[in-house]
Formats: sequence, C-alpha cells, structure tokens
Amino acid sequence: MHSFGYRLNGLLTFAVTILALMCAITSLSDNFNTPSPSAEIKIMNINWFQKQPQGHDEVSLTMNVSADLQSLFTWNTKQVFIFVAAEYETRKNSLNQVSLWDAIIPAKEHAKFWIHTSNKYRFVDQTGKMSADKIVLTGYSLPEEYR
Amino acid sequence: MVISSALIIWKGLICITGSESPVVVVLSGSMEPGFKRGDILFLYMNRDPIRAGQIVVFNDGRDVPIVHRVIEVHEQRDNKEADILTKGDANLYDDRMLYTSSNRWLQQKYIMGRAVGFLPYVGWLTIIMTDKPIIKYILLGALGLLVIISKE
Repeated sequence: MHSFGYRLNGLLTFAVTILALMCAITSLSDNFNTPSPSAEIKIMNINWFQKQPQGHDEVSLTMNVSADLQSLFTWNTKQVFIFVAAEYETRKNSLNQVSLWDAIIPAKEHAKFWIHTSNKYRFVDQTGKMSADKIVLTGYSLPEEYR
Repeated sequence: MVISSALIIWKGLICITGSESPVVVVLSGSMEPGFKRGDILFLYMNRDPIRAGQIVVFNDGRDVPIVHRVIEVHEQRDNKEADILTKGDANLYDDRMLYTSSNRWLQQKYIMGRAVGFLPYVGWLTIIMTDKPIIKYILLGALGLLVIISKE
C-alpha cells in the first residue's frame, strides 16, 4: 500500500487532475469577461486597379488600421489573429471574403496599435473580373480567439 | 476492458465532434507562433458555413491532413457550396500549390473540422512513435508485459 509504485501513481494522478482542473477553470473564467474591443480602418488610397499579366483585375489599396484590442486578452487567450478582409457579393456568389491583411498579436502589450500599410495579399476576385463604382466601408466583425 | 473503454471513448468523440479525426497532431511549423510542432488540436465540425479567419483541418486525398487558416471564401448563391483558400500563418504564400490534382480552390467537403481547443507538447509522443517505430514496439511490449504480470 505504501510502495514506491503506488505513491508515484497517486502523485501523478493528483498532478494531472489538478492540471485538468486549472485548464477547466481558465476556460470557464472566460465567460465572465465581456470584451470591448475597438477597431477602425480607413482606406487612404487606391493605389491601382489594373490587369495582371494573366488577365485578372487586381486592386491595391493603402489603409490605416488602428485598434485597441487589450480587453480581448484573458487567461484563456492564446493569441489574437486580426485580419482585414474584403467581403462582397457577386452575381454568382452570395458571399465572397478575400483576406487583404493579417497579423498575429501574441500579448496584451502589443494589442493597441496603429499601422499604415498596403494590402499584404493580392485582391483578385475568383472570376478575375472586378468593377466598382465606389467602395463603401461597412460593419466589421472581429475574429474569435482560440484556447 | 481497458482497450474496449478506450475504443468507446474514441468512437464517442468522433460522434460528438462530428469529425472523423477529432484530435490531430500539428506536424509542421507552418502555424507558428500559435501552434508549434507537437501540439495537439481538438476539432469540431458542424454545418455552420466556413468563414475567413477560421482554422480548419483538411485532407484532400493526401497522406496527412493539414491545419491552416482560411483566408478566402467564395460561397455560391444557389447551392451554398464554397470555394476556399487556406494559408498557414507562418507561410508567405497560400496553399494553392499544395492542393492535390491541381485544384485552384479547396472544396468544403475536404474540411474535417475546425480547431476549437489545443494542448501543447502532448503530440510529441505520436511524432516520436511515427519517426522511430522501434519506440512504438518497445512501448507496446512494455504495456503488454505490465498487463500480463499485474495481479489485479
């Protein structure tokens, strides 16, 4: 009853149980937190709207992104992935989402930022054709965080 | 008795999460700094539409599934089927070159689940057992020995 094997077994089981309990409490504590993030995007300039060599229309834009996401960081937050995507509908598709820029925020200290950047990824539609009269910035939604 | 209860738990997990492979090991560093090689991911699949920003695991007929993030979604109006493009967080380029049989887009049917939870380092056991199969045999042999010689 008091051999080394039994004691080691008991100790390990206890340690794993405590670890599991701490993980569960961390996840549950997330429900008490109501995040209040804020973000703003301003398109500064449409750099070009042109045909690529293989014939697809491409748009390039420069934008200012400023955000304060500090309230999103809790015990349960691993990283915050933030991205800017163009969301639009076309004749054939009810929804298109094309990611233009993204970044990973690993910690709370980096969560308040302002960046002036051109789009990281090329903005080309699936069909290769784009036309626009004007570009309207409508509501944005912020991505989830993963445990 | 132990084996059957392990099997029941595994099959139960498959049912609950709706994914054929509810737990996967991260095999490459393409999703760093968030997910490193050796982490395990818990997946969950339902009929919610795939949207940009989600981390998905897909297998379009390759040896091992890939865990990457969705960066483009083109969902059709009439049948709600979606063409998807993915990219690893740490990769410079999207996954178009990786898709099998020169598909330009990933179809929704290849997606096995969305990542909803993670445990660090636990996957290293699987990676070691795959790279050096002798360790797998030693482990199985030791477990078998323990079962035989224990008195309960």
